[in-house]
Amino acid sequence: MSEKRKTAAFYDVDGTLISTNVIHAYAYYALNSPSMLDRVKRASKLIGSLPMYWIADKYDRKAFNDAFYANYKGFTEDRLVILGEEIFEKIIRPNIFEGAFSLIKNSKAQGHDQILITGAIDYITKPLAQYLGVDDWVANRLEIKDGFATGRLIKPMIAGANKALWVRRYAEKKGYDLDGSFAYADSGSDIPLLSVVGNPCAVNPDFKLKTTARAYDWPVLNL
Amino acid sequence: MNNQVRILDDDSLPRYMHYAEDFITYKFPEGTRVLYPKPPMAAIKNRRAAIRQALNNPEGGVEPLHTQLKAGMKVTIAVDDISVPLPPMKRPDLRQDMLEIIVEQLVENGVEDFEIVVALALHRRMSEAEIRRMVGDKIFDAYYPKKLYNMDAEDPDALVVLGQTDQNEDVQILKRAADSDLLIYVNINFVPMNGGFKSIGTGLAGYKGIKHHHNPETILKCKSYMDPKNSALYSSNERMGRFINETINVFHIETTLNNKMYDDSMMFLARAEDDWSPSDHMKFRSMQWALSKLPRKGKRALFHKIPADYGLIGVHAGPTEAVHEKTLEKCWQQHAVKIKGQADVLVYGIPFASPYNVNSILNPILVQVMALGYFFNMYRGMPVVKKDGTLIITHPCYDEFDPEHHPSYVEFFNRCLSQTNRTCELRKWEEEFATNPNYVEMFRRGNAYHGVHPFYMWYWGENGRDHIGNVIVVGAENDHVPARLGWLTAKTMDEALEMARDFHGPNPDITMMHHPPFMVADVE
Repeated sequence: MSEKRKTAAFYDVDGTLISTNVIHAYAYYALNSPSMLDRVKRASKLIGSLPMYWIADKYDRKAFNDAFYANYKGFTEDRLVILGEEIFEKIIRPNIFEGAFSLIKNSKAQGHDQILITGAIDYITKPLAQYLGVDDWVANRLEIKDGFATGRLIKPMIAGANKALWVRRYAEKKGYDLDGSFAYADSGSDIPLLSVVGNPCAVNPDFKLKTTARAYDWPVLNL
Repeated sequence: MNNQVRILDDDSLPRYMHYAEDFITYKFPEGTRVLYPKPPMAAIKNRRAAIRQALNNPEGGVEPLHTQLKAGMKVTIAVDDISVPLPPMKRPDLRQDMLEIIVEQLVENGVEDFEIVVALALHRRMSEAEIRRMVGDKIFDAYYPKKLYNMDAEDPDALVVLGQTDQNEDVQILKRAADSDLLIYVNINFVPMNGGFKSIGTGLAGYKGIKHHHNPETILKCKSYMDPKNSALYSSNERMGRFINETINVFHIETTLNNKMYDDSMMFLARAEDDWSPSDHMKFRSMQWALSKLPRKGKRALFHKIPADYGLIGVHAGPTEAVHEKTLEKCWQQHAVKIKGQADVLVYGIPFASPYNVNSILNPILVQVMALGYFFNMYRGMPVVKKDGTLIITHPCYDEFDPEHHPSYVEFFNRCLSQTNRTCELRKWEEEFATNPNYVEMFRRGNAYHGVHPFYMWYWGENGRDHIGNVIVVGAENDHVPARLGWLTAKTMDEALEMARDFHGPNPDITMMHHPPFMVADVE
């Protein structure tokens, strides 16, 4: 008799497990910059760019990421690490959806490995992953040169179809049965991620994901 | 022969049947026996007086409710959910009357620590609007959501196992109820299957307790779900209920409804077509014409908006057994239709509603539960149809599911039933569905039936499947739904009866059950 293969539950983070997003996190960094002038400059630029980010996010998550993460240029790595922990405590932890805890707990109880897969940066994802007690996580990494962020992300960028590719490769490496695995996401840009597992679930979905979920009879969960 | 049993002759008018959100008519052959529900029993005019009377003069020699109440005690009031009655009754719902009177007595006697819990078991959470409609504005505004709420059978802290019966059945119950000095159960008894030990044994339990009786083996041992004395399902609930009653002080208030499903102007639908006046026939034709102009969604929304004009015919309070005996007497009085002999062929239409799709869609699994679970079991004594007889039903069998109320049904139908419809094989997926974290969250936070519920709906049809030789569905819109359910199809009733003749000879005995309104055939 063949042994039952391992399975996993893959979670997008922003909007799925937490109500905040990458913009909240960057805003914290911007408003806590050591120089007042830098704070004003970064905050004004962020506010001014919001409509552009909104449009980019609707059409192309990669385009959004390229534009958005450029804002991190010039931050020191030390500041990114320290503020990352503060961001988790002050912004992310209070905004974890109540249902996220029981979803992860029930999923774990069913024997699925718990994996976070997010387009946020690693400095703020690591403390969240530890807090939630997940088995593994992957996030975007900022390119650091001489101790300073360059404003570019190290490839592969964790977004859109790349999330699906990462999951397939990771599953192969770990021996997961993707057909028996689960994935949770809130955005239409994560349809590829959801499509690669046997148990996709739309969580707090945006319009595009909700219509897709309804069309393909995927469960829709509101946490 | 009573007026509820008509034997058709060659001149008889066509009979109408439900066809989901529509009606179809058919002229049955001479000799067809048609069963009609009894006329509605007269409703008690002053409901609140009757409720007070029951509370103050309980059965079984126990003390009136108000004398059992004192300051400082902890009370839980459990109340039946939206699955009864069907369709939902006009406002004010009887539960509103019962709750207002009971809460008044609690408050007058200094009881502050009380909570009202909707006894859902594994049914879906009721929405705020549905709860408000059921309990009335006064109770809702005063107590929702802190002291009036839906039970959560998947909250690990909310349920407790009190022990096991002598048949090793886990007796699981809401912890709040177990910790209370008094548990009051507010019931609406619609059919004989409701109420009694089933109220608490099932209504306040979770998966761990319910799986002991909601399984194919127990279902197959049921002679009829509607006859508690011959229902293994009820027996299991009885064992659990007696166990509960040993440790918890339980006080039931059970109400029985008549079968007046329609307003006076539409009550002709509950009568034999031969007794319709010319204006009744005109009304029916106008209704059919109007329905033909509406899209299905519109018809469905319309039907779900029409409440039933049910009246109260009995109310009894006190300990479980003494109360339920009186309730059942009233139920049989209203619903039992005496008939002699079984039929080769049984015919009925499937309407738009079941207890599990209030304000929602009757999906294929629920069509099955109405055909082989509910309507088939509407008998006492022996089934209306002979063993290996033929059942003919009318329903379009549309492949439609409500993704919010019935998400696990979608997977059950598409993944499990597409592979097999043998119950012994379907069971292997039960635990997976019951513990699927998605379904657990949708059940806990949304308005979804529990992940395991489609399995229970399938098991519910098991004694029907075991007894009946063939099911023929007339008017199915597609092939795959009947195929997955294991049913034959016919385009017309003529064709279906022709198929039945192939099985039973040129002159089979045909009985048509003309419901709803519901009836229970008392078969000698």
